[in-house]
Amino acid sequence: MPEIRIESLRKAYGDHSIIEGLDLTMADGEFTVLVGPSGCGKSTTLRMIAGLETCSGGAILIDGRDVTRLEPKERDLAMVFQDYALYPHMNVAKNMSFALRLARYPSAEIERRVRDVAATLDLTPYLDRKPAELSGGQRQRVAMGRALVRDAGTFLFDEPLSNLDAKLRGSMRAELALMSRRIRKNMIYVTHDQVEAMTLGDRIVVMRHGKIMQAGSPEELYRRPANRFVAGFIGSPTMNFLKADLVGEEDRVAVVGQGFRFLLSPERSKSLHASLGRAVDLGVRPSAFEPSEGADALQLPVVLSEYLGAQSVIISELGGARIAIEVNASGPIPIGGTRGFKVAEESLYLFDSKTETSL
Amino acid sequence: MSIATANRLTPYLFLAPAAIVLVVALIYPIGYVIYASFLDWNPSQRIGEAAYVGLKNYMKLLGDAAFRESLWVTLKFAAVVVTAEMIIGVGLALLLDRNIRGMSLLRTLFILPMMVAPIVVGLMWRYMYHPTIGIFNRTLTSMGFEAVPWLSDSDWAFAAVVIADIWQWTPFIFILSLAALQSLPRSALEAARIDGASQWQTILYIKLPLMLPVLIVTMLLRLIDAFKVLEVILVMTNGGPGLATEILSLRINRTASEFRALGEAAAMSNILLLVLMGLTLAMFLYSKAMEARARALRAAPVGEE
Repeated sequence: MPEIRIESLRKAYGDHSIIEGLDLTMADGEFTVLVGPSGCGKSTTLRMIAGLETCSGGAILIDGRDVTRLEPKERDLAMVFQDYALYPHMNVAKNMSFALRLARYPSAEIERRVRDVAATLDLTPYLDRKPAELSGGQRQRVAMGRALVRDAGTFLFDEPLSNLDAKLRGSMRAELALMSRRIRKNMIYVTHDQVEAMTLGDRIVVMRHGKIMQAGSPEELYRRPANRFVAGFIGSPTMNFLKADLVGEEDRVAVVGQGFRFLLSPERSKSLHASLGRAVDLGVRPSAFEPSEGADALQLPVVLSEYLGAQSVIISELGGARIAIEVNASGPIPIGGTRGFKVAEESLYLFDSKTETSL
Repeated sequence: MSIATANRLTPYLFLAPAAIVLVVALIYPIGYVIYASFLDWNPSQRIGEAAYVGLKNYMKLLGDAAFRESLWVTLKFAAVVVTAEMIIGVGLALLLDRNIRGMSLLRTLFILPMMVAPIVVGLMWRYMYHPTIGIFNRTLTSMGFEAVPWLSDSDWAFAAVVIADIWQWTPFIFILSLAALQSLPRSALEAARIDGASQWQTILYIKLPLMLPVLIVTMLLRLIDAFKVLEVILVMTNGGPGLATEILSLRINRTASEFRALGEAAAMSNILLLVLMGLTLAMFLYSKAMEARARALRAAPVGEE
């Protein structure tokens, strides 16, 4: 089972550079998710790994073997496409067995594999159907099945769930997670949905403008975002950002903005002394606000409240910006008036306003 | 008139101009020709003066060796040219379905022959086939080969008109195949690459089967056209030598103008019309069958979940 290594991979169309010098190693048996907004180069990266796009520079190594210039079929991989890419003129069984038939497997073996995979994906009743006679979810499963019967070393997924409705997406996501746990192959999964990334990935690679912003486990990315972009991308509802300044107070540092002032602990202050006077973006996740009756609590207006059942999201205002606050409440929260909140120090994220890197 | 009635009539009102043109330009002439085929009619008579002879014209044609020969030449011509054009046209489309510099110019060049007027095509090829000054024989003799009697030997003459037709009409199949190819789902072709299909296997198992509906309709359209070919052959060989290239439309033309037998010519036209209607019907039935199949498949009972 292969380790996949990407070394200073580049892709450019004419003068237009899509990906500039990407380095990435995907360990054997790891579920890697490439995530980022559209146009960030994640799909192009996946397609270069697949061999569907040529590389403008750099190298792709699978299990130490340089495959940069090899045809897709020489790379031992299977792929699930966003629009499923089923063969419209073949029935489900023929779709799933196409690769095996090309590779001249014995027909008994082909039949056995198709039957087994169809059974695990609940596709057995549909083996004689053409793709046009299947629902979106069924087509999605056929695409998955076609990849699975191959028993390839690496599985590539190009936004496989984005054409499904929200409910189906949720259940397919769970199925995918179970499947990946069961077969333990290399999986590379491209999505723009951070929920998919968080729930599926052993490791998440956040990309933007053809560059890697941060790579790490879901928890790492959530707890220790390397920059403002990752902080804003990972987590739902999105992190709130407030304009602030770092001000020295005796030997400690305070984060001061319009309507708020957080005094940091001596330990944290020490590392921030060099940044004193700098403009920063203060990041606070909506879930970091805790109701507080204390005298030093932030009094925040309830501009709007969205009742979600177990939680409510309060839209409020702080430092001239609109912020979201997630609260656990038994019932809907009335609009109007103010409520007191406090935020624990470890929930305050500081980013340099210019470089956007974490401080 | 109530508004409901007016609403119901509106579509017919809009259809009326087209319907009138259809009746005047199509139904009336066809009716006229069908009527004429039952008459013993020569061009000096008005149609009312011609004697009614029933099915005599048709009976005569069945026993006419020249007509049978002409029908055979037509069938042979249509079969040969359409087969060759399909193979070359689809082949070219498969070759040129890619994004390389200058491809759009190349594609335009490829479809030029189709835009040349048939008479001009005939003249052009007649000069190229000329026994002494034509480019083919000049090239052959300069290379030390013997000159070929392009238009004076019956086998060569048939080959010559076939070549000219292939030159002119392959582009038709080429552009339709290319359009079909370019509308194929790109991701399915990519999936085939991932699945390990070679170029040939992709063509054989993915591209051709997916193009098939378009190819069948294209072939039937071309067949219908090939049965009606006239101008190019008229200019190149005028049906000769002997009856070697006398396709049905030429025979009809000669029967009417040379033999002055309008009734017989009308009967021939109707036989050709029947053949063409048969082909059109085949095309119609094919597309109906495809639709019905798609519908039946969609309506198939869903298996137990």
